Amino acid sequence: MDLLLDGFATALTPENLLFATIGVLLGTAVGVLPGIGPAMTLALLLPVTYSVGADSAIIMFAGIYYGGMYGGSTTSILLNTPGESSSVITAIEGNKMAKAGRAAQALATAAIGSFVAGTIATVLLWIVTPQVADIVVTLGSPSYFALMVLALFAVTAVLGSSRLRGFIALFLGLAVGLVGTSTGQARLTFGEPLLADGIDIVVVAVALFAIGEALWVAAHMRRKPLEIIPVGQPWMSKEDWKRSWKPWLRGTAFGFPFGALPAGGAELPTFLSYATEKKLTKHPEEFGHGAIEGVAGPEAANNASAAGTLVPLLALGLPTTATAAIMLVALQGYGFQTGPTLMDDHPDLVWALLASLFVANTLLLIINLPMAPIWAKLLRIPRPYLYAGILFFASLGAYSVNFQAFDLALLLVLGVLGFFMRRFGIPVLPLIIGVILGPALEEQLTTALKISEGDVSTLWSEPVAVVVYAVMALLLVAMAVTGVRKPAAEEPSLSDTPGNNDDKELVER
Amino acid sequence: MHPSRRMSRILALLTALVLAAAVSGCGVTRGSDDPNNRRLRMLIPNSVGGGYDLTGRAAAKALEDNELTGRFEITNVKGASGTVAMQRLLNEKGADDVLMLMGLGVVGAVYTNKSDATPLKMTPIARLVEEQEGILVPADSPFKTVQDLVAAWKKDPGGLTVGGGSTNGGPDHLFPMQLADTIGIDPNDVNYISYDGGGPLTTALLGSKIDVGMSGLGEFEGQVKDGKLRVLAVSGDERLDGVDAPTLTESGVDLVFTNWRGVLAPPGISDEQRDYLVDRLTQMHDTDEWRDALEANGWTDNFATGKEFEDFLAEQDKRVADTLKELGLA
Repeated sequence: MDLLLDGFATALTPENLLFATIGVLLGTAVGVLPGIGPAMTLALLLPVTYSVGADSAIIMFAGIYYGGMYGGSTTSILLNTPGESSSVITAIEGNKMAKAGRAAQALATAAIGSFVAGTIATVLLWIVTPQVADIVVTLGSPSYFALMVLALFAVTAVLGSSRLRGFIALFLGLAVGLVGTSTGQARLTFGEPLLADGIDIVVVAVALFAIGEALWVAAHMRRKPLEIIPVGQPWMSKEDWKRSWKPWLRGTAFGFPFGALPAGGAELPTFLSYATEKKLTKHPEEFGHGAIEGVAGPEAANNASAAGTLVPLLALGLPTTATAAIMLVALQGYGFQTGPTLMDDHPDLVWALLASLFVANTLLLIINLPMAPIWAKLLRIPRPYLYAGILFFASLGAYSVNFQAFDLALLLVLGVLGFFMRRFGIPVLPLIIGVILGPALEEQLTTALKISEGDVSTLWSEPVAVVVYAVMALLLVAMAVTGVRKPAAEEPSLSDTPGNNDDKELVER
Repeated sequence: MHPSRRMSRILALLTALVLAAAVSGCGVTRGSDDPNNRRLRMLIPNSVGGGYDLTGRAAAKALEDNELTGRFEITNVKGASGTVAMQRLLNEKGADDVLMLMGLGVVGAVYTNKSDATPLKMTPIARLVEEQEGILVPADSPFKTVQDLVAAWKKDPGGLTVGGGSTNGGPDHLFPMQLADTIGIDPNDVNYISYDGGGPLTTALLGSKIDVGMSGLGEFEGQVKDGKLRVLAVSGDERLDGVDAPTLTESGVDLVFTNWRGVLAPPGISDEQRDYLVDRLTQMHDTDEWRDALEANGWTDNFATGKEFEDFLAEQDKRVADTLKELGLA
């Protein structure tokens, strides 16, 4: 406890507070710009920071990390242009909310959800980091494979009312995920070395969401008068709060453990959170049209997992994300011996970092919450200009992933795919999930089978894997017993009225 | 309306911040014909923060700060472990203001991706640094020495799981293959498991998911010092400072293997231009900034230019090609 108070004392000196503020602002800014993530920002700032003290630099990095995680949700909600793979899910319901005049609420539930999740996760970090370190490394590929099968299983919950169209999208996604040479064999690369590393998920998501929609709007623009998206209430109503707090907590519960697992990642918990909220909600009819739960849960999950990744980083010196890897390099640059001994050798630094995470989180809320109504006004820009802006941001985002013009061509091709998916009412979400899950699933499976020399029984050789399969079996039984088949009318989704769903929304409200 | 005015001020501040960052990105120093102030470009074959990136940016900074060159325009060209960057360099044929950072991994990647932009087509400038590979086992591993490992490996070549932090053709893949070859195991029998860098490899080793890991030791220092991982041997021709482990040769295995990084220029540049670049890097090698960078990053100095680097590159190219061809990967 004393260590924690010392940490706060370090984090709250005026100088360090200033660095935290700069970090948070910078992080939000790069999070808002699609494609430029916190990892790249940290890497570019590294040489600069060596001129300031270690604690100040680390505190600023914490601000950038959390700020970037939060900023990504802003473009997802407002422009349908997710900047990071972990905020892809936010775009699904968040942008629909924005179009219905509820952008401010979507931004607010994201901001408060991020704060709640970040705070709980930071407290968990204080408590568990010293203890769980040795446990997380015992999970091997069989456990991760099981967790990913569970995620794939959860996907069926988001397939939409037309299972056929949902599976078409899922398999399209899995096919896109095959592109590359990760297995040692070139698959679907057409001899093009630029495809050897696969297609970046940010390019896929931005193309399907933003470009596909821009093309769709352009194709239908002349048929109806220009509509300006209404700006509704600036703040969250009592109802919004009531519908948000449980998803925040559940999202945190998904996010933190996945973040703490060395191969957990930030995307899986957002899927699981979305699928869970969709199943548990009292307003299933709103999913696909802007349900606040679908923003609150995944945003909380995404932030909680960001805090979770610091568990292996601080306890074991294991970086599990690109951002964490750069933070590790920074620590080493200051001459700190990272690894299991860091917490014992430099408790002051570690606790200052943990305290500054809390400070950064609070700053983010203070800065961003009042901004939500202002950002929301952005949508009053007439649509031709708004979509010009969206196209600009989308291209910028896709280009800055690799700084290659080739990605712009990919963006357009996939954007046309997005257009036709809209035309034929094929949902986008299963495709995105397929692109992310497919390669990860395959990697864990091949690693597990290589280590066991092809013995399939290795897949249930770890306790975590057994538990996950058991849970899945229970869920299947429960579904069979209660008969989950709902009448189609109860679950209208993206796919019900091919073509004019989006139009109707824009025109009617 | 106070809050909203305050907000718009914050908004303006934020915009200014972003703009400032954007503007400072496009420097305004124009290059001239002055050899000490020529603007050069540098291609880096992986993402920001990676090994090539750190080496390239350290070299560029030492050159800039000592006014040996003008400002560098550094471009990270990701893709196929460096193959895409090599293709870009080949396309720059005759351009006299481009350098590319590369190393052993890029040589391998060019073969595994069956690209024709091979290192031997480029103009060799300098070799900068080298890094030894280490053979790592978890603390509770039965292997205490390299000979324990060799004995077990020979008994059941496919049953021993070897992990590394690089894909096929990268240093952590080439090293165990050449090691196997040296001790009389068919490289095709080696059960190599590729992890996405040092982090996941450490996790696998700490969890005893694999029998042995092969990688540069930089990322494992903390674990080794803490006694959670053990280094059986290092791969260079001399022991490594601060690492309590013999070399392979001392342990009775006749193999010296190092991962190295160097600089190439495009094909078709004039001799004067090549000499100019070699001269700049030779001067850079003597600067304090470079020495500090070597120390801070734990790189071993292994500077070479001219014929020495040219021969070295040819020898490495052949060795890599032979290994990968034997494995059917090239």
